[in-house]
Amino acid sequence: MNFFKTTAASAAIVLIGSTAYADCGLSGGNVNILGNEFGAIQALVAGAKECANGSVTVESNLTTEHRDIQVAAMTANPAQYTAAIVANSSIVPLLNEGLVRPLDDLIAKHGAGIKKNQMISIDGKVMAIAFMANAQHLFVRQDILDQAGVAVPTSYEEVVTAGQAIKDAGIMEHPFAMNSKTGWNLGEEFVNMYIGTGADFFKPGTAEPAINNESGVLALNTLKALADLSNPDFLTFDSNATQALWEAGDVAIGQLWGSRATGMLDDEGSNEAIVSNTILVSAPTVGGGETPASTLWWDGFTIATNISDEDAEATFVAMVNGMRPEVVAANNDEAVWLADGFTPGPAAAGVFATASGGARPYPMIPFMGLLHSALGDELSDFLQGNESAEQALSDVEAAYTAAAKEQGFLQ
Amino acid sequence: MPHRTFFWFILPSLAAMFLFIALPIVSVAFQSLYIEHEQVLIEVENCGPFGCENETVVDAEASAAIRDAEPLGRFNGLGTYFDRGHLAAAEISEAWASRDSFGGFMSEVMNLPFYRALVFTLTYTFVCTPLIILLGLAIALGVNGLPKMLKGPTIFVSLLPMIITPLIGSLILFWMIDAEGVIGKTLQVLFDDPKLSLKASSTLTWITLIVYGVWSSAPFAFVVFYAGLQTVPEDTLEAAMVDGASRWERVRYVVVPHLMPLVVFITLIQLMDNFRVFEPIVGFSASANATSLSYIIFADLRGDIARFNSAAATSMLTIIGVSILLTPVLIRTWRDFNRKGA
Amino acid sequence: MASLAQKRSPALAVLATSFVILWVVVASFPFLWTLWGSFKVQGDFFSKADWTNALWGTRTILETGDAFTNQAYSGAWIDQEFWRATLNTFTVVFFTVIISLTFGTLGGYALARSGFRYAFWLLMIALVFRAMPHITLVSGYLLPFFEWNVWGHLPTSIIVLVAINQPFTLWMLHSFFLNIPKDLDESAMVDGCTRFQAFRYVIIPVMWPGVITTGLFSFLLAYNDFAVTAMLLSQENQTMVPKIASFLGSTFEEGNVMFAVAAVVSATAPLFVLILFFQRQIVSGLTAGAVKG
Repeated sequence: MNFFKTTAASAAIVLIGSTAYADCGLSGGNVNILGNEFGAIQALVAGAKECANGSVTVESNLTTEHRDIQVAAMTANPAQYTAAIVANSSIVPLLNEGLVRPLDDLIAKHGAGIKKNQMISIDGKVMAIAFMANAQHLFVRQDILDQAGVAVPTSYEEVVTAGQAIKDAGIMEHPFAMNSKTGWNLGEEFVNMYIGTGADFFKPGTAEPAINNESGVLALNTLKALADLSNPDFLTFDSNATQALWEAGDVAIGQLWGSRATGMLDDEGSNEAIVSNTILVSAPTVGGGETPASTLWWDGFTIATNISDEDAEATFVAMVNGMRPEVVAANNDEAVWLADGFTPGPAAAGVFATASGGARPYPMIPFMGLLHSALGDELSDFLQGNESAEQALSDVEAAYTAAAKEQGFLQ
Repeated sequence: MPHRTFFWFILPSLAAMFLFIALPIVSVAFQSLYIEHEQVLIEVENCGPFGCENETVVDAEASAAIRDAEPLGRFNGLGTYFDRGHLAAAEISEAWASRDSFGGFMSEVMNLPFYRALVFTLTYTFVCTPLIILLGLAIALGVNGLPKMLKGPTIFVSLLPMIITPLIGSLILFWMIDAEGVIGKTLQVLFDDPKLSLKASSTLTWITLIVYGVWSSAPFAFVVFYAGLQTVPEDTLEAAMVDGASRWERVRYVVVPHLMPLVVFITLIQLMDNFRVFEPIVGFSASANATSLSYIIFADLRGDIARFNSAAATSMLTIIGVSILLTPVLIRTWRDFNRKGA
Repeated sequence: MASLAQKRSPALAVLATSFVILWVVVASFPFLWTLWGSFKVQGDFFSKADWTNALWGTRTILETGDAFTNQAYSGAWIDQEFWRATLNTFTVVFFTVIISLTFGTLGGYALARSGFRYAFWLLMIALVFRAMPHITLVSGYLLPFFEWNVWGHLPTSIIVLVAINQPFTLWMLHSFFLNIPKDLDESAMVDGCTRFQAFRYVIIPVMWPGVITTGLFSFLLAYNDFAVTAMLLSQENQTMVPKIASFLGSTFEEGNVMFAVAAVVSATAPLFVLILFFQRQIVSGLTAGAVKG
């Protein structure tokens, strides 16, 4: 995995090129950025806004609802937003409708500071520039593991044994936690587990689902074993709940989002004893698989199709200005940055280990979102012990098939 | 009132509703009959920070050409209404054909998302609505009997459950009922069960949602009833007393009949609102055990890929459901109207 | 009020009073708990370790040195500029209520005075309109609004909220006008007024209680709305509820839940004032109005 080396090495380049972008050199254009609103994106957009001058306007709309308005906003002509900040999954609807433009010529002209591994290319055309990465990985409490006499697990089978050992030793009743809230979160847990088996979600070249197989059953049974080690409320657990559990010291092993690590390692909400014993390691493998059972995520920006070339150019330059090394260095702990200027801290260790272990990116397949929704809605019956794994998987396939037919992916 | 005057008076209201509700409903109804065009898929190599993969993508150009020719999509008739995500005609008939018992058939039906949601929606509606009316009436009677100076503050406090944004209200309550939270712990002590968790079982989740629904809507019924109580004719009550009617009999035979029109009004509004129950399900993270029609719509629209056609079909089914529920109430209103008109 | 009919036996009085006390506790406890907790840190108010932390502020003392902190309030109001959202909310709510009531009184009056069948059917259709889930409506608005370039502005949200609110407003006001004797405006018309003049000089002066009650419900709808405002307003025009929702964070990113708690408590304050102010009217308004159903 090459992003580890390049990013670590790039910290040295910070001092060079510092004022290179200070004046964006734009003569005109309107920039309007749509994105989620969290620290890293706010920093980036603030950097982009430095490009505003008498003839260039830079505006933004950072909102948690960005995903739900982006398609409509960029379908309009001219598009309401010139740039949309997206992730692996939310770029898909924009690609499906052809709402974002290839960036190759802009990169050739203004993209000297962009590294190859930041470019998201589809069929050879760069459609997005990534600036940060994220993944779910294991959080473990070293003190509890030592007390129970188990090593840091590297596979889910070991996680289950370790959890059982902790439970049997009477240290904790529910030693494991994951984001298993019904809906998107639960779907993501299955996707992570299933991708760890190395199997494909769809029959190659088609939109037909292919998860009702041994790998699917293995993934589900592993999830069930983990759920049995979790608090009985596990179907309501989102990141906020699992983070609170972790900070309260109620959990010894957790498969949680890397982006939450900074908050969990700070001195708020938790005790020194818990924080100092929290270590971040790679997501485990499953069923003898070779790569970590987790999906890698990126956040990046795209540029709208339905805008003038001048606006597109201004947008590109402003966005590149927003992710220049000084901005990244000044907001080092806000994210696991892919852009130059990042010095990986302890909070990034888990994401790095997972990526270095060869975990696969979350699939950018047009119909993946439909399967993900179906998984999220149909798996809770199985985890509650109300139906068999095969039944649950065939329910998922049936729900997905209905959705995919309606969206024109299946006939 | 002459037709022309009526028209001018109602015009602004009608225009607003026509533009922003009627037209969208027509458009939603249309879209529920269509599905997306066949997507042109091609396999390409995608690269990113984590390496390259061969993945399927939509051929945007080819797909756009098809879309431009027919922007609405492919006509599907009532197909969407009867697919697995909605009325599931094929699945139901198959389950019926292959049933070994009625229970087995029902469990297969309950495995379908629409029916699972419908059962909860109807249960919620029919349990909450009467409870809200009864509780609202009881509070109104209680508050009405208070000394005057206490009435003001009590009314104000009684309105609290209604005025706090449901989004955050249910979030805070969700933490309070957690097994480690103040209400959760209290219940554990009360029921003498240290493992009691309101979030873990279906039954308890349903009860929690219904209790929340009653708690948050009772103030509405209370305000309306309290106002109605102020107009109960004193002389009738006194006459009833002179006739030797007990307190209970006075409530039963004088107060309640007087409030009957209000009961109709509250029933109408509450049936409709409860049938569209949504916020508590999200606020209490209850979707594992309880979903509603509105929740299905939400899930369809807020996924990574918005399924507008599917949401449109569910929305139309919601409207039909509400219409069926309200029919008895409406027939009553129709009779009243005719009586008044006569 | 101490009329004969209101007297009751002591046992019943005790029973009724204790029921009211119980209700007051049930209704206010979550709010009081929130109010108290809003002066604590997140680790206390949302404690997984021990709920009594929220009472004593164990972690609050540890993290801030005092059992009470106004961190959440200063964070929400100063750092996150919650006041902007407050101003936007007031604009939206003010105009929504005014326009809703203007449209609603005209329409409701017409419906109440028309003896024709179509008035009934209009009321019925309005009810069916009310049955439409808001989220579907809003998703349908997005594309046209972007294309006409009206998305994101306060007036757009206001008119949408007015429209969505019309069915309820019409129903309430219609039943209210039914209660105002027909003779009142009809005798004015016999004296030579037009219908509108009769409405203007005879009906308006007596309609206030009902209008204020309806206005309060309109106010609550606009004030608490999330579905419409979250999707139709741009960031600088964001209102309070979507802003509060954005404090909660997402799956990936940690939010500032305490900011949301403090903001919710703050957002309730204007409602207190309003309800105290209009308490009498709410009650008298409904008295005059909805009684005829």
